[in-house]
Amino acid sequence: MKQFIERHTFWAVMIMIAVIVFAWALFAVWPEWLIDAIGRKKTFVNTLFNGITLGGLYFIVASGFTLVFGLMRNVNLAHGSMYLLGGYIGYEVAEASGSWFLGLIVAFLAIAITGVLLQVLVFRRMEGDDLRQTLITIGISIIAADLMLAVWTGTTYQFDPPEWLYGAVNLPIISVIKSSGDAVYIKYPMYRLSVLVVAIAVGIALWLFLNRTRIGMMIRAGVNDREMLSASGVNVQLVFALVFGIGAGLAGFAGVIGGTALSIAPGEDVRYLLASLIVVIVGGLGSVPGAAIGALLIGLAEQFGLAYFPTYGVVLTFIIMVVVLAVRPQGIMGGR
Amino acid sequence: MDTDRLFNKSNPFAAIPAWSWIIGLLLILYPSFASDFFTYQIGAYSLLLGTVALSLMMLAGYGGMVSLAQLTVAGLAGYLMAILGDNSVGVMGLGWPWWLAVIVSVFAAAIFSAFIGAISVRTEGIYTIMITLAIAVAFFYFVRQNYTLFNGFTGFAGVEPPTLFGIYWRDPVPFYYLSLAVATGFVGAVLNASRSTFGLSLMAIRDNPRRMRALGYNVAAHRIAAYFMSGIIAGTAGVLLVWFNGRISPGTVGVDVVIDILVIAVVGGLRHPIGPFLGAIAFVLLENFAIDLIDRERFNTVIGLAFLLVVIFSPDGILGLWKRLRPKLRLGKSVPSAAAGTTPTDSHVSESVKEV
Repeated sequence: MKQFIERHTFWAVMIMIAVIVFAWALFAVWPEWLIDAIGRKKTFVNTLFNGITLGGLYFIVASGFTLVFGLMRNVNLAHGSMYLLGGYIGYEVAEASGSWFLGLIVAFLAIAITGVLLQVLVFRRMEGDDLRQTLITIGISIIAADLMLAVWTGTTYQFDPPEWLYGAVNLPIISVIKSSGDAVYIKYPMYRLSVLVVAIAVGIALWLFLNRTRIGMMIRAGVNDREMLSASGVNVQLVFALVFGIGAGLAGFAGVIGGTALSIAPGEDVRYLLASLIVVIVGGLGSVPGAAIGALLIGLAEQFGLAYFPTYGVVLTFIIMVVVLAVRPQGIMGGR
Repeated sequence: MDTDRLFNKSNPFAAIPAWSWIIGLLLILYPSFASDFFTYQIGAYSLLLGTVALSLMMLAGYGGMVSLAQLTVAGLAGYLMAILGDNSVGVMGLGWPWWLAVIVSVFAAAIFSAFIGAISVRTEGIYTIMITLAIAVAFFYFVRQNYTLFNGFTGFAGVEPPTLFGIYWRDPVPFYYLSLAVATGFVGAVLNASRSTFGLSLMAIRDNPRRMRALGYNVAAHRIAAYFMSGIIAGTAGVLLVWFNGRISPGTVGVDVVIDILVIAVVGGLRHPIGPFLGAIAFVLLENFAIDLIDRERFNTVIGLAFLLVVIFSPDGILGLWKRLRPKLRLGKSVPSAAAGTTPTDSHVSESVKEV
């Protein structure tokens, strides 16, 4: 930290100014001219929180995607289908058992098992042939989308989360001060905040798993040098199957979380595939911290785009991707 | 003298094998024995899809760059036709003369394609698929939510081809010949380009970019130029596609269609420009007649399964299957299987290498 300030004094000052401006915009009551310029504070704060929570959801989806790629160099384009399938399975289980949490757990396990089976039955047979693996995942996603449409039809499904996740909480942020002198606090849905908490928990859990356990150590070694890892006596195939299981399971897990925050319907698979793709392109393929940064950026860009320039919202996301590719083709946190 | 000229080795027609003359004759005579439905919905449509897939085959087969955004490039050209020319929706429709609209649309599509190339060219292999897929999906969402330029969810209708020389070009037979001419022209152009210095360097870059860079070739420039050329092919096909359908909407550039193009190219085979057309014919036939075999709703499952089987068992597609079967069929004759096993592209390569 100190070293950074000494080396890049200019940037340190700029970052500090940005943080102060941001904190002011967040906590102060906005003056008239600012409201005239960019609209009400409530819109801004809501968009900001929507962006951050959406980023959290994207992180859960994309972390699995990037984990699988990092170790196996396998771009799983069926990741979106796994998200959607997880959502449907979670919905069925939650409906049948009446427990939303059971749905969440079963969705994770079911998709994790699907992932392990895919790895063992299909991808192991064509190791090292990236292009063919990718084409196969495309084929799987075509079939999966069609079969899911056949089973669950085009209806939109809405989850029924537990009581205490309903409702809104007051954020400690004042939106306006009424003429009577009372401060009006901004309300935000409880469930969306818990999505953020879950995303942070997933991030911390992944970090602990990768950095503090023996298996995590093997995975990191495998990312650096697969052959060497197997030469040192580790059963690489087992590690691969495990990682694929976790990566796919995270997609299914996100299916229930995201399905509750928004809804589950055909076409969502493509949306989350696109999100994962852009998040990992921006953040750097194979890097979990990169996925967190990318997810936050893309989530914010999407929500601010939607709120402030509705018909050109996608362009903002696209511009971020192009700029990152132009400056750092390997992504913000990408190695190599 | 004249005969010498005719059978000179430098004559480009001498390189065309006899069987392709027969196929060409069949294709020209096709409308005379096929019904309007078969001429237009099957014949012309296969040719158009095949042309879009050809632009992908050119990039993937010769350049090693699997771009999923080829249909998006074609879609942009189609949208531009509706925006610059006339449409019946009442949004945009600047009313330019058709020839100017066509030129600008195709050129803009080629520029867009070169731009996609410039974005993805610094990364390699699997990244190309991811970036181009992201661009294709982003374009789909963009045209769906943008109402000022692209008329959002509804898109455009009433995009008409011109009436020229007293012929209305959307009538089945004229349109079939138009598509056939365009497709043949581009197949010839791609084959020719593959034997040119540019094509050879592109293939060399596909096989070993680092070595080519070391030899002083500008790898990125070659790749972007290839994207530009494939953009011309895809853009032209896009113009014809919007004339074929008469309308264009976000569904036309949707992800499923984008992937269909990849399926067509891979199922047909990426080794020779004829491959995409074989794939397109198989795809269109299946699309139209699969209802008789299975539930129409499950068409995508059939397509997906066919694609999976091809990727798993015959990575070179229908062409590869043919290459593998041919030596077995000729077992009686003493044809060395190695010679029969070489693909046309390979023989072209060796031929041109000798010339160089």
